[in-house]
Amino acid sequence: MKEKIGVYICHCGGNISDYVKVEELSKMFHEEDNVVVSKDVMFACADSNQKEMIQDIQEFGLDSIVVCSCSPKLHLHTFKNVAERAGLNPSNYVQVNIREQCSWAHSDQPHEATVKAAGLIRAGINRVSYSESLEPIDISVKNTALVLGAGVAGMKAAIDLARSGTEVFIIEKDYFVGGRVAQKETLFPTETNAKQLVTSLYQEMKKYNNISLFAGASIEKVSGSLGNFNIDVKVKPRYLSPNANPQMVKQAMDECTVTSADPFNFGFKSRKAIYKNYPDAWPDVPVVIPELLENEIDYKEKFKTIFNFNEPEQILSLVAGSVLVTTGFNHYEPKEGEYGYKTIDNVITLPELNTLMELNPKQLVYNNKQVKSVAFIYCVGSRQTKGDNKYCSRQCCTSTIHTSLQLKEKYKDIQTYHLYRDIRTYGKQELMYEASSKQGDLYFKYEEKEMPVVEKVDNSTIVKVKDYLTAKMPLEIEADLVVLVTGMVPREDSAQISEFLKIPMGSDRFFNEIHPKLKPVETVIKGVYIGGACQGPKNISESVQSSMSGASKIVALLKRGTVSVDPIIARVDSDICTWCGKCAEVCDYTAIREIEVDDKRVAGVNKAVCTGCGICAPVCPVNAIEIAQYTDHEIESMIDGFLFEVDIKEGEVIQNDQHEEDESTGMKEYPQIWKEILAGIQERNTIPEIIQNTGINGDLVTYHLMTMNKYGIVSPDGMDAKEEYYYYKVKN
Amino acid sequence: MEQNKKSPKILVFSTDKISDPGIDQAGLRKIHYNPSVYVISLPCSSGIKPKWILHALENGFDGVFIAADGHECSFSSRCADHTNTIVETSQVLMKERNINPKRIRMAALCSVCAEPFANHMENFSKILMGLEEIPA
Ligand SMILES: Cc1cc2nc3c(=O)[nH]c(=O)nc-3n(C[C@H](O)[C@H](O)[C@H](O)COP(=O)(O)OP(=O)(O)OC[C@H]3O[C@@H](n4cnc5c(N)ncnc54)[C@H](O)[C@@H]3O)c2cc1C
Ligand code: SF4
Ligand code: SF4
Ligand code: SF4
Repeated sequence: MKEKIGVYICHCGGNISDYVKVEELSKMFHEEDNVVVSKDVMFACADSNQKEMIQDIQEFGLDSIVVCSCSPKLHLHTFKNVAERAGLNPSNYVQVNIREQCSWAHSDQPHEATVKAAGLIRAGINRVSYSESLEPIDISVKNTALVLGAGVAGMKAAIDLARSGTEVFIIEKDYFVGGRVAQKETLFPTETNAKQLVTSLYQEMKKYNNISLFAGASIEKVSGSLGNFNIDVKVKPRYLSPNANPQMVKQAMDECTVTSADPFNFGFKSRKAIYKNYPDAWPDVPVVIPELLENEIDYKEKFKTIFNFNEPEQILSLVAGSVLVTTGFNHYEPKEGEYGYKTIDNVITLPELNTLMELNPKQLVYNNKQVKSVAFIYCVGSRQTKGDNKYCSRQCCTSTIHTSLQLKEKYKDIQTYHLYRDIRTYGKQELMYEASSKQGDLYFKYEEKEMPVVEKVDNSTIVKVKDYLTAKMPLEIEADLVVLVTGMVPREDSAQISEFLKIPMGSDRFFNEIHPKLKPVETVIKGVYIGGACQGPKNISESVQSSMSGASKIVALLKRGTVSVDPIIARVDSDICTWCGKCAEVCDYTAIREIEVDDKRVAGVNKAVCTGCGICAPVCPVNAIEIAQYTDHEIESMIDGFLFEVDIKEGEVIQNDQHEEDESTGMKEYPQIWKEILAGIQERNTIPEIIQNTGINGDLVTYHLMTMNKYGIVSPDGMDAKEEYYYYKVKN
Repeated sequence: MEQNKKSPKILVFSTDKISDPGIDQAGLRKIHYNPSVYVISLPCSSGIKPKWILHALENGFDGVFIAADGHECSFSSRCADHTNTIVETSQVLMKERNINPKRIRMAALCSVCAEPFANHMENFSKILMGLEEIPA
């Protein structure tokens, strides 16, 4: 039992103390026998208070602490760290939520809120008095990472991991590596040849014998956890004999006459029944489509030594200490009729135009007609205030302008028209915008409420737009080709990957990191990281930055050969256990096995595998199992604490007009400090500007903004010109 | 006693990843509910011991509400079944002690279930107010 408890009750700058009498409570708990320190503090999370807590712990020799403030979702780790910094085992700390679950929830009944807070705090004190110092459990791990997706993000990460000595399995769903980049010809901003970039990454990967690539592969099943993920991977057959003579293979490719539409080239080309995505695609092993060859008896006979039509699917069982997801994105596919897509013959998308340009080195020809004018319509499938994709796809403005520069360079005599909403060529990409304007590209600004319309008039395609740059002047532009600047969307199989690895998706259906600034590549699942465009729209440099940062996290995690995991797991009292096996039956992780302790057969828990879910505990007929930190003592003493009778006088109800309903937002009004910060945000101020204008302490501004961001009250909205600070906007 | 009749004491077993955020959100959005509701957060709703439920009901709580993870549970696909078994086992024990089985209630709550949580608390409070007192 703990005897020197420190209790800290937070005002949260009024968020709590406007309703709950925190001062009175802190005095009340000061009287308790085992409470040595009981304080009310303005902001428990503020640096100054953290320092004071550390001093208290050291000075009074506190053996445990209770912080009564906001939801543990926000600051559990903050205070665990405080405990640790003061030399106190962090499991001797309990967080009591008297804000979200008390002062805010019961702001209509301040007296009852104070009574409830007393019970909650009492329960926290009871719980902490039973707390034990738990030591993290070290698990030995294989220094192996599984990278899912061999686009640029995945390949670059695989190389970094391998270089640091980690063994890498890289799983690519397609038969060839490179992802979306392989579909392009020239890349902004460096004018690098995209296919050469893919080749060089692939060649670099090949230098490491600790990288195993599985192409044409997908994951089928995932079990286990950090340090020991067990992953079943299905590898599809290529129907090519392993000993096929390369010359014969080449000849077979040349002589093959059956073809089908080629999705890699958006159907602008057809592909043969034995194909590669493009001549230099890697790995340099073609794929056979047996269905297409069904009737090609002679052909199959001629090349029978190279085919293996009976090649089965393979299932591999891999073990990896950590997983990096780099599954990338899909192109937005316009709906039929959206700006005439699929209903008017010369309306295509930007990625389709890029492929068309690659296939037409000399003259841009579409539908057998030379293209002399191109009208781009920006933001198609992005920034839909009413649709699903509310976000900006980030790279398409630049990509379009880059394409426009190339059109001029490659085909000379061509006019482009740009129908945009805002041009977002941030950073150095702005230079391309300037170059495009200088070369005579014409820009017209439209607004979402008056979108351009594409129409076929006789034989011409006309784009009608109201140009907001010239007082909404209605314009009609005739174009040989209308190009829809389609954005980036999550892949269709994201939900499946999310299910396999239990990583969450955001409302935009891209995978979610824990925190965009503080934990940008970590997911809530320990040992699973995300990188590249599967997190949200990114250009190559941003994609690679995030995947490399994921790789370095993994290296740091695995390199010691052991990983520390949470000690909050099941334990069995071997004196009581009778090895009935009921606990083992319900454990989905097969963490429980029969073991022998002092000649007695009992249940034993595998510490590396146990997740601490607690499912085994209620099924034990003799109550021999408990979960650390959720023991009978802890839970039952909390229940007693809630029921603790307090004698708090019903004072005047704290009432002021600050807390009245604000009908327009459907919420009660925010605390004063939030209002001040929000006012700054509405003025489009950055954090330093808000600090300067309001005089509020910098840490507090950041902290409250993070809280508001976490609860969806504000969201990041671009960066300042120097790309140092985020702007935020107020969400509805 | 009069006071007790007004707002029955409810113990909620919630889970830290799934229903806790929903309950927190009710507070954030100032959706009010009975202030005699107290929440214990666990990793998974299938880890609640019937013994704890009995402890609460025998010591002053009027009802126990389980915010079940159901299909959203990240630990077990059988979570709904496990939690159900816990409720059934508890109800058997409750009957033996003459405690009305209606004093335990279970519903699936998700991480954005703010209004549903407040509604559940209101309905459950009403039900509890209509029940005979728990025998001492
Ligand atoms: C039209 C257009 C033009 C662009 N041009 C440029 C440019 O010029 N310069 C620039 O910097 N950026 C450009 N970009 C952005 C660039 O395409 C991305 O930044 C980049 O492709 C992201 O790389 P990635 O590896 O994250 O994703 P991807 O390129 O999408 O690669 C993901 C890989 O993962 C594989 N995969 C997916 N799911 C699974 C699964 N379940 N299992 C196994 N494997 C899976 C995919 O097959 C793919 O190979 C452009 C984007 C668009 C839309
Ligand atoms: S980058 Fe440009 S075209 Fe793409 S969604 Fe954003 S504003 Fe629209
Ligand atoms: S259920 Fe209880 S008694 Fe049975 S094996 Fe498990 S711990 Fe032992
Ligand atoms: S707590 Fe019990 S059921 Fe859950 S993983 Fe551990 S041993 Fe298995």
